[in-house]
Amino acid sequence: MRKLDISRRGLLKGSAIAGTGLAAPAVLTTPSWAQSYTNEPTGDTVTLGFNVPQTGAYADEGADELRAYELAVKHLNGEGDGGMLNTFSSKELQGNGINGKRVEFVTGDTQTKSDAARASAKRMIEKDGAVMITGGSSSGVAIAVQGLCQDAGVIFMAGLTHSNDTTGKDRRANGFRHFFNTEMSGRALAPVLQAAFGNERTAYHLTADYTWGWSQEGSIIKYTEDLGWNTEAAVRTPLGAGDFSQYITPVLNSDADVLVLNHYGRDMVNSLTQAVSFGLRDKQVNGEDFAIVVPLYSRLMAQGAGENVAGIFGSTNWHWSLQDAGSQAFVKSFGQEYGFPPSQAAHTCYCQTLLYADACQRAGTFRPSGVGAALEDFEFDGLGNGPTLYRAGDHQCFKDVLVVKGKENPNSEYDLLEIVEITPRSAVEYPVDLFEGELGPYNDGA
Amino acid sequence: MDAILLQILNGLDKGGAYALIALGLTIIFGTLGVVNFAHGALFMLGAFCAVTVKTLLSLEQVVEDPNQLTAWGTPVEIRTPYVEAWFGDFGLTLLQYSVPVSILIAIPVMLAIGIAMERGLIRFFYKRPHAEQILVTFGLAIVIQEIVKAQFGANPIPQPAPDILRGMVDFGTVIGLEAGNVAYPAWRLVYFLFSAAIIGLVFAFLQFTTFGMVVRAGMADRETVGLLGIDIDRRFTIVFGMAAVVAGLAGLMYTPILSPDYHMGMDFLVLSFVVVVVGGMGSLGGAVAAGFLLGIVQSFASMNEVKAILPGIDQIIIYLIAVVILLTRPRGLMGRKGVMEH
Repeated sequence: MRKLDISRRGLLKGSAIAGTGLAAPAVLTTPSWAQSYTNEPTGDTVTLGFNVPQTGAYADEGADELRAYELAVKHLNGEGDGGMLNTFSSKELQGNGINGKRVEFVTGDTQTKSDAARASAKRMIEKDGAVMITGGSSSGVAIAVQGLCQDAGVIFMAGLTHSNDTTGKDRRANGFRHFFNTEMSGRALAPVLQAAFGNERTAYHLTADYTWGWSQEGSIIKYTEDLGWNTEAAVRTPLGAGDFSQYITPVLNSDADVLVLNHYGRDMVNSLTQAVSFGLRDKQVNGEDFAIVVPLYSRLMAQGAGENVAGIFGSTNWHWSLQDAGSQAFVKSFGQEYGFPPSQAAHTCYCQTLLYADACQRAGTFRPSGVGAALEDFEFDGLGNGPTLYRAGDHQCFKDVLVVKGKENPNSEYDLLEIVEITPRSAVEYPVDLFEGELGPYNDGA
Repeated sequence: MDAILLQILNGLDKGGAYALIALGLTIIFGTLGVVNFAHGALFMLGAFCAVTVKTLLSLEQVVEDPNQLTAWGTPVEIRTPYVEAWFGDFGLTLLQYSVPVSILIAIPVMLAIGIAMERGLIRFFYKRPHAEQILVTFGLAIVIQEIVKAQFGANPIPQPAPDILRGMVDFGTVIGLEAGNVAYPAWRLVYFLFSAAIIGLVFAFLQFTTFGMVVRAGMADRETVGLLGIDIDRRFTIVFGMAAVVAGLAGLMYTPILSPDYHMGMDFLVLSFVVVVVGGMGSLGGAVAAGFLLGIVQSFASMNEVKAILPGIDQIIIYLIAVVILLTRPRGLMGRKGVMEH
């Protein structure tokens, strides 16, 4: 029998190795090692947070956004017909969730209020373990939630937000926007307005009094004044004012021959309906037919305003009548699920979910910095609007912009807008430093 | 001049809504001594009477046409309203006039809702402090709102006026001005006339009927009227129902101006309480006068010339006036001594 001979040096070495071995599992299970970024999924599911307005001035859009998110989750998990997964140029997603994890989701009501939106996003991050927050509408809300996600260390995939500030002065590394912005609307609309109404017009703006309204007003004034138009007045109206008559009556007594309604959602439905009821669409000023312009249009708003939209120009991010394969696949999938066509809000939210999932898959992680790197300067196609770029410098998507007009004789309650111009991406692109702002570094959180 | 006239007209139709809600609030406060924060919900319920009638009249026969497909591949549905299928052109006219037609339904419905609200809840709080009344009625308003939201959704539901009343009226010629100078939407003028008529009817009812005389006596001295063997409680319950009808009709007729949604009552309630306070708690005349006054002042404050001097004044003018009036006349414009002062 061999005698066990333990030297002092051998004992120390053995203890060190044994100690390291015993300690290793403990080290790996401590929070700082096990979760190297906020809400890193450890089970076989991953949770996304859908934060949309279910009440308030933009509830219509919010309801449609939620439908689109639920459809996207179905397609990511391999249920349904796959929608735009079949047309998306990236083929990383296989219908087995994201990175092999089944996709689950939680929802919140932003109430179209920044504080409520931040509170529900915070709950989804801290209590529900959401690894990504997405949603809209309202740029004020989007900017507030984007800031929260940056601080918390999760990705924010903006839903419907149109203010330049979202990817301009308020841009953040953890935030990404697929939707277009007011700068692009201005660039796309101006030539169409010039062709329709000429160069000698006087415009009167009614503007929702928050970041999106200011941004919209600024862009339209900038590009219409370049045409030679005058701006008679730009009057700020409170969000959710309801009755806009007191703001519309001064238009009747002004020299303006164009009314620009920088309103959205329920506010636009009310202000446009009331402007038409005050006879503005049939009015003549100095021998010119009075014109109304709604710079940001949506099918849902057109439905709310009904026949009042006839002949009125505006821009939109996407429309269900587009004939490309991606748009058609989405319309078919959404229409069969819900019985009506999707809105632009639904489209952008569906795309954002797919784009996030695809970036995670390509990066092989949910870590915000990894996902962000996969999205930066990502060129893709097959999600409608033609070839699209997610620009690295400001996390803004660039794609074709649609100019639309309210149909005079719609065939159905959904067939209210006709596309009059598809403005190519090259015409709406602008330098990354046009707006001040810094993305700053990614925050991976925990 | 034209601009000023237009803003006066604007103020009159907005003021009509304020006055009708404030009138109902004041009647309830004057008779029952209850501060009813659910009154805005009654305004909203009236609007949803119009929505319900329109929905019922719009029920459609749906036939699928397999030869035509939608963009998403399902057969196109051909829809025909039953009223059109059954009654032809008369049915379509009925559908077009759904807002005025729904008044006939709204009167008994709102009366029943008002009586049920008073008998089922409010009467248990007569002798409780005003703070408790406010809490319970505010809670009731939220419950009503959520029920409406669950039933009809959160989105506004457009209720167009009948075609004949959708255009503009050349109001200038009515008052002897040059044609075409002061044109105003016909339905808004209808709303102003309607609110004036309802206010007149309520005053006439309280002033010239035996029932109204007893109610006024009860408002002055409830105990003595009771000692005369008159069931004043039953009369006050009916008065509560009447106030609900007034608020409901105000909301119903406002629907072509502002598409109804579940929150519309709250938007008007706060302003209407300011109207009641400015007019004087318990004063019917004060409520009506303050309603129209504040509606007109709010419209003037929205004029660009005014806002150029005082930016944002349109948002705060009503509250500024309330502060000034309460500082100079603590009982409001026509407030009675002793009301809400104990």
